[in-house]
Order: sequence, then structure tokens, then C-alpha cells
Amino acid sequence: MVAPEVLEVMVPYFSEYYGNPSSMHFFGGQVQKKVDEAREKVADFLGAEPSEIVFTSCGTESDNAAILGTLDSYPEKRHVISTRVEHPAVGNVCTYLGRKGYRITELSVDREGWLDLDELKESLTDQTTLVTIMYANNETGVIFPIEEIGEIVKSKGISFHTDAVQAAGKIPLNMKRSRLDMLSISGHKLHAPKGIGVLYIRKGTKFSPFLIGGHQEKGRRGGTENVPYIIGLGKACELAKRHLDEENTKVRALRDYLETKILEKIPNTLVNGDRLHRLPNTVSVSFEYVEGESILLLLSDLGICASSGSACTSGSLEPSHVLRAMGVPFTAAHGSIRFSLSIYNAKEEMDYIIEHLPPIIQRLRDISPFWKDYLKAQGKV
Amino acid sequence: MWDYTEKVKDHFLNPRNVGEIENPDGAGEVGSLACGDALRLTFKLDEKKRIKDVKFKTFGCASAIASSSALTEIVKGKTLEEAAKVTNQDIANYLGGLPLEKMHCSVMGREALEAAIANYRGQKVTKEDFEVICNCFGVTDREIAHAIRENDLKTVEQVTYYTKAGGGCGQCHPKIEAIIEKVRKEMGKEVPPYKPERKKLTNIQKIKLIEDTLGREIIPALKADGGDLDLIDIEGNKVYVALRGSCSFCPSAEITLKQYVETKLREFVSDDIVVEEVRP
Repeated sequence: MVAPEVLEVMVPYFSEYYGNPSSMHFFGGQVQKKVDEAREKVADFLGAEPSEIVFTSCGTESDNAAILGTLDSYPEKRHVISTRVEHPAVGNVCTYLGRKGYRITELSVDREGWLDLDELKESLTDQTTLVTIMYANNETGVIFPIEEIGEIVKSKGISFHTDAVQAAGKIPLNMKRSRLDMLSISGHKLHAPKGIGVLYIRKGTKFSPFLIGGHQEKGRRGGTENVPYIIGLGKACELAKRHLDEENTKVRALRDYLETKILEKIPNTLVNGDRLHRLPNTVSVSFEYVEGESILLLLSDLGICASSGSACTSGSLEPSHVLRAMGVPFTAAHGSIRFSLSIYNAKEEMDYIIEHLPPIIQRLRDISPFWKDYLKAQGKV
Repeated sequence: MWDYTEKVKDHFLNPRNVGEIENPDGAGEVGSLACGDALRLTFKLDEKKRIKDVKFKTFGCASAIASSSALTEIVKGKTLEEAAKVTNQDIANYLGGLPLEKMHCSVMGREALEAAIANYRGQKVTKEDFEVICNCFGVTDREIAHAIRENDLKTVEQVTYYTKAGGGCGQCHPKIEAIIEKVRKEMGKEVPPYKPERKKLTNIQKIKLIEDTLGREIIPALKADGGDLDLIDIEGNKVYVALRGSCSFCPSAEITLKQYVETKLREFVSDDIVVEEVRP
């Protein structure tokens, strides 16, 4: 949800302070000041300089800009390294580049969702322009060793970008101590509204603008600034920095409680991804022999909102590419469910889920031909 | 968020005839865990050979469960001859309609019924009798042709909605187009044109088309086997490539180049293309 404090600071910029910050008059200029303040808050949140912050419309735009903007700056080199588990905002850009004649290397992951850094080392060539690897996976919550990867990539002088949309606000980020050249974040994961994002670009990084237009964002991203949303994002970053601790204590405890109880009460449940190196708020589980969309609809009827990696919910006809890349077995791939928690959740809500989820799974297993088959094979029927 | 009719929601939340009949007269199963949907249908006949009792078990989404439930309600009391005439459209209509992307669930219903009736009659209709067109979802030419005929399908996209064929890697699209053309001709219906006239290409157009075909068709296929390919240069009708990954030390690399890469480029770009390997 959008934090109430964020909504509150945004409203005046629709009704009163609606001047264009690029204008020469005072009415617009006063808004420019507030935009600068918001930029400082975002910079502070990321451990960066304000001049390194570029506002965009969303995480997807930040990713597109980072990748295409870098490639445009190095036209003679045509190799990009990424992973098989990226968000489509990175993955589909790579697919598009592949069709345009670029060579794309997609690093694979193991059953825990973990990368093999030797595979990365072997993939780097003198033709490699960019390495783009997500900070934390949006489906499983698995966190990649970005700084370790950074050491490897930067030792070859190759540009290094990360999609940190899912990680921001949940784990500490400090660009001063980082080897990253670029980083993407999005407002809607930070309790700011949907429709605002940031691309962090380290000073001195070669970058060609993706959105070409006026001189906004120091010529790095054209387009009249989305003032109310920028102000909102500034506030959201300020809050996120303050709540980082709570995310890693209270929210982590809620997540662990929910996950433990689910595993306890529902047989044949698998956890997707490394249970140690992952975000504190994500529960990604798979229930064997039942399908995701059915589970989600029954949960939705009870006011519980979750997501799934099943084929029917993925927007294509195949289950999530992340689960496939991890080699999650067929018995479970279509039955995957993700719960994402935040500081706005409470234990009572976890208890509510724990009460209603097991009967839902059992109900669908009673309709499924494979559950009885499984019980028969186990001699339980 | 799917826009489901009230009837679909009803049959999902309160499915009729869930279960498995012991010692059924007919039993049919289609789909699999891998596919993401599966239907097991069993029925029992009365003395007059009408379907007295019919039950289903389904693994799948709301549309799949609702389609199965609807199917059992439709066929109850019918003779086998009458039941055999039930189409996937009947199932969809019974439910007040299904989203286009979910039409394949109604097709699954009809296929399970067909399999159960064939089982009763002792007919063995196995997939081995037909050619598998779509490897991602294991869809045969017979299934595709049947869907085209029953639902007046014209495009590959529609075939995907009704059978899932072509919804994965997309490599079977040309084959599906060929089936559409063939079946629609047999039906006496108009065939949508899909192969544009081969215009003379300028150099720039040819280079772009070569790059495009490599990136869209050829390289993904090589990658599926751990291989890769780099485009080095294009001179006239000669395309110079370097094989990478497992292709670079594969004994069949020459065959891959000539029988696959060259053939594909000739199909999509120009008949006179010659592919040559550049070795470092």
C-alpha cells in the first residue's frame, strides 16, 4: 500500500504547487527546490550523491535505460551477460537484443536458485559490454551476492547493473561501498505509488539517454518531471530507511512463522529457493498436485491476495521461467504460491491464512486425479 | 484477472460429479502434471446404453475444473452416439463463455470424453498414431486439425488458444500454418495468406533479415542444445558464422550448418544463401 505519510506529502503538488520545476518563474522554481529535496532523500537512502539519481516512470524504464543506454555508449561491443531468472523488464530486453544480433549469455541457477560464479567468470570476454544481474529475485526472494559479482565484473572494466526493485527497502543498499555502476528501483515496492522509479548512475559511467527529449535530469532522461510522485518517492525512501530494521526483524518473524506453519500443516509442500540467503518478507512455496490459479481464486474469495508461478497465471502457457530455471519438479511447478509481507501486516493475518489455506489445498487435492494416485502409491489409501 | 462468467465461477466453486467410478464402463485421461492441466473422466452406462453416471477428477485452473464439471452435466443421460457429438463449443457455451486464452480447457473436456468413449469401445487411439507438431505441449496434428474444424480457426494465435500448440518456443508455427491451410481448404473455407510475396531485398534489408532470422529462429534452437552462433560477416549471398558453445566441438557441426542454419536462412531470406564457418 502507499504509506499514508507519502500520500499526504503528495497532495499539495496536485492542487497548489503544480508549477513546472523547469520554469524560470518563482511558481515553478519553488517546486524545483522540493524536487531537489526529494532527490536528496533518495540519494541518502541509496548511499549515493543526488547528482547520481535519475527519476524514471518505473522499474522497467530504469532497466531499459540502464541496458540500452549502456549498449548505445559502446557500439563496438556486442555481448551482454544476464541470468535466466531476471524479471521480464531485463529478460525481455535481452531477448529483444538477441534478435538484433547481440550475443546474450544467460547464467543458469541451481535448485536453490543460486548462481555459479565460475560460470560468470568463464562468460566474461573482451566483447562484453554489460553484466546485469538482479539483486533479489522477485519470485523466490533469493538474494544474489552482488558485491562479490561486482568484484569479478569490475576487475575486467565491464559495466555492472542490477535490478534492485525487489531488494530495495528490505536489505541495506550503500552505493558508496558498492561496485555497481547502475541500479534500478521502483516506488511501488517502497510504499510509494506505482508509476515512479529511479535509475542510479554512478558518476563517470558512460550512459546514453533512453528517453530523449528536454534537458530534465541533466539530459539523462527527457520528460516533464512527475512532481507529486517524485515528492512521494522521496518521502517513501526516507521511511524505508527508517523501517529497514523492522523489515528484518518483525517482518522476517512473520514470514518465518507463516512458512513454518504452512510446512507443518500441509503435506507435500516445497519451499522454492535458498532459505538462508533471501529477502525477509517473501514466502515462495509449491503445493504438489494442485494448480496455482485455483488456489489464488479460492484465497481471493477469502480476502487473501497472493501470486503464483503457474502457467495459467504467468500470462503465457508455461510456468514461471524462474521455477523452470531452478528445475522445480512438474509436480510442484504449477502449484507454486508466493506471499509477500510488509510492515503493514500483522500476526492475526498470518493466523487467518494458516487457518484457511490447508482446507483450500485439501479441497483442490480431492478434485485432482494425482493426489489419490500419490496416496495409493504410498499405500495410504 | 480473468473475466469469468457467474456460471464458470459456480462450477469452479461447486463442481458437480467430482470423483472416480469404480469399475467404470469407460475411462479416459488427457493432459499431465507437466502440462498444467489434466482430466480423468469415468462413466457407467445403464441397460439402454445411456450414460447413467459420470465423474471427473481434474488438475488445473478454474476454467479446467468448471469445464470438466460442465461436461459431466452435459453428457449425463445421453447415449454414446449423442455424447460423441458434444463439441468444445458446447462446453464453453454451457458455461456462458470462456476467455479466449482458456478455450483449450473446453477442448481438454471434449478430448477426455473422446478417450473415454474410445476406451469403452476397445479402440486404442494413442498419440503414436499421429505426428506431434508442438513439442512443448505434445499436441498432435490430429488434435490441431480437429480444433480448427470445430471452431473455424484461421490463425496460429487462435490455434494456441484452443490447443496450446505454438504457445511455447514457437518453432512449430510454420507447421501449424500448413495444417490451417490444409484443413480450411478441405472445409471449403477461405485460407488466410501467411507467406508474403518474396520481394527483391536491398542489401540492408537482407542483412537485417539475416540478423533477425538468426536471433529469432536459429540461435534459440542451438541454445536449446547448449550451442550458440555468432554472425561474423555477410558478403553478397555468403553468410560467415562462428559456432560457439557445444556446437564448436560437435562432430555434427557441419551438418548443423548446412542442413539447419543454411536451410533456415534460405527459407526466410533468400534461396541463394550459402553459410560458411569461420574458424579462429
